[in-house]
Formats: sequence, C-alpha cells, structure tokens
Amino acid sequence: MMACKEQMLNDIGTVSFCMVELMLYLDTHPNDRNAMEYFNHYAHIKDQLSREFSREFFPLTAKDSDCNKEWRWGMAPLPWEGVCG
Amino acid sequence: MWTYERRLQFPVNIKEPNAQLAQVIISQFGGPDGELAASMRYLSQRFATPYKEVAGLLTDIGTEELAHLEMIGAIVHQLTRNLSMEEIGRSGFDKYYVDHTLGIWPQAAGGIPSNANQFQSKGDIITDLYEDMAAEQKARSTYDNILRLVHEPDVCAPIKFLRAREIVHFQRFGEALRMTTDRLDDKNFYAFNPGFDMCEDCGN
Repeated sequence: MMACKEQMLNDIGTVSFCMVELMLYLDTHPNDRNAMEYFNHYAHIKDQLSREFSREFFPLTAKDSDCNKEWRWGMAPLPWEGVCG
Repeated sequence: MWTYERRLQFPVNIKEPNAQLAQVIISQFGGPDGELAASMRYLSQRFATPYKEVAGLLTDIGTEELAHLEMIGAIVHQLTRNLSMEEIGRSGFDKYYVDHTLGIWPQAAGGIPSNANQFQSKGDIITDLYEDMAAEQKARSTYDNILRLVHEPDVCAPIKFLRAREIVHFQRFGEALRMTTDRLDDKNFYAFNPGFDMCEDCGN
C-alpha cells in the first residue's frame, strides 16, 4: 500500500539525514568500510523512495520531473510553506 | 555546482504566527553567527585549502549550512505570514516591516545587516579551522539563547535539530584540524601556514 505524502516525505528526510551524517563522517574517516556500506545502503533506499515519491506526488529534483505534457517541477509545492500553510 | 531538492532538511510546520519570535530567530539567517555567514565562511575558505579531504569537508558542511539557511527562512516566513497590522505594530515588527514588508532579509536580531566581516577566509588552514570550530560553538550558543526564549513545540523542534548539527560540525572540524596537524611536523605544529610558506622541512 502506498504511504501518505507526509509520511513518505518524512521517510525521505530520515534517509537523507543518514546520508548527510555518513558523508561528513566519511570525509574525516575515509577508510571506514562499515560506514561506506551504510552510506551505499541508504543511498539506494533514497533513490527508490525519491522515484516512487515523484511518480505519486511531485518531483523533488528537476531530473525527477519526468516532464511530458506539463512542467511538473514548476508546479511542485514550495517546501518553506509547510503543511500548515 | 549544486542541485536543489524541493524539501527542507528537517520539517518546519508552524501553526501560529508570532512576530516577536521571528525578530529573534532572524539572527540565525543574517546575524553574526547565522547560517548565511556559516555557509559563506566554509564555501569561501575551501579554495585555498591545501588538503583535499579538508576542502571536501568544508564543501559538504558549507552545503548543509545552505539547507539550514533555508530552514531558518522557512521558520521566519511561517512566523510572519498572516499577521494583522495590529500584531505588526504591537510586536515591534513594524520597524522591519517598513523596509521589507514580509520579505526575508539577512539581518541580525538588532537590525544590523549581514556583512562579510562576520566571517574570515584567511588562506591559512590552521587559522581557518580554529575559526570554524569557534563559529560552530557561537552558533550553538545562539540556538541555546533562542531555546530559552521559545517554548512553542513546533518552533523548538527545528531549532533543536539545528543546534545538534552545530555540535556534529564542531566534531568534524576538530577531526579536520587533527588531519591537518598530522601532516605537519615538530618544526611546524602551529607555527606557519602549511598551504603558503614553502620550506623543505615543514612537512608539506
């Protein structure tokens, strides 16, 4: 079953955060193979989730916009408006 | 080069506008220890950095600071949208409003505009990394000060996230300083600029 938009965006945020943390850690620990495995693991999940999210809701990056009849990238919601906006 | 992702690094969903809080939090947008200065500091320093791992770290942390700048902009925006003229006058936000309406402009809480003098790019990696570690602590103190003034959970959550990031960045810059000093030797531990002063024995 497809998760709701907020839940899925939250999951993408969580996975992306793991990637940022691991990236900064690996910048100063470039030989930690465990950390690299974690990074690859989360990068793979993020790719999958971002593609799925773009298909169901809106593109998170211009390359995910998959434009055909309309310019979906331009129509995507602005993140600073929040869900209460 | 950068690629934009249309999402915030941490969600910002503020229900009630509060112009008084906005005037305090805007300091982390354009104030002396704010996210704009942080980002420009690291993204400027990296060009003259002699070690590519350290230049890479400055790039990645500088990039994350841009995401933090966007979060602070989102917080101030959500705290000031749908304000009545009466609230604008009563909260003291009128002095900002007269120049910027509800536009987000990089200034400190006291109204001082953002300025490149808020940070340094010294072209000496030892000097720069000490500045970077100090900058992370100064930003952490500012977030602590904000958290003493703010009690609304929907405002506190993103501020607490940003505060925690300052601590992680401080740790990483400490490691970068260690990586830098490991390349030096007993003739130059903190003595002179390893990226500029050339000498046979200085460990370059």
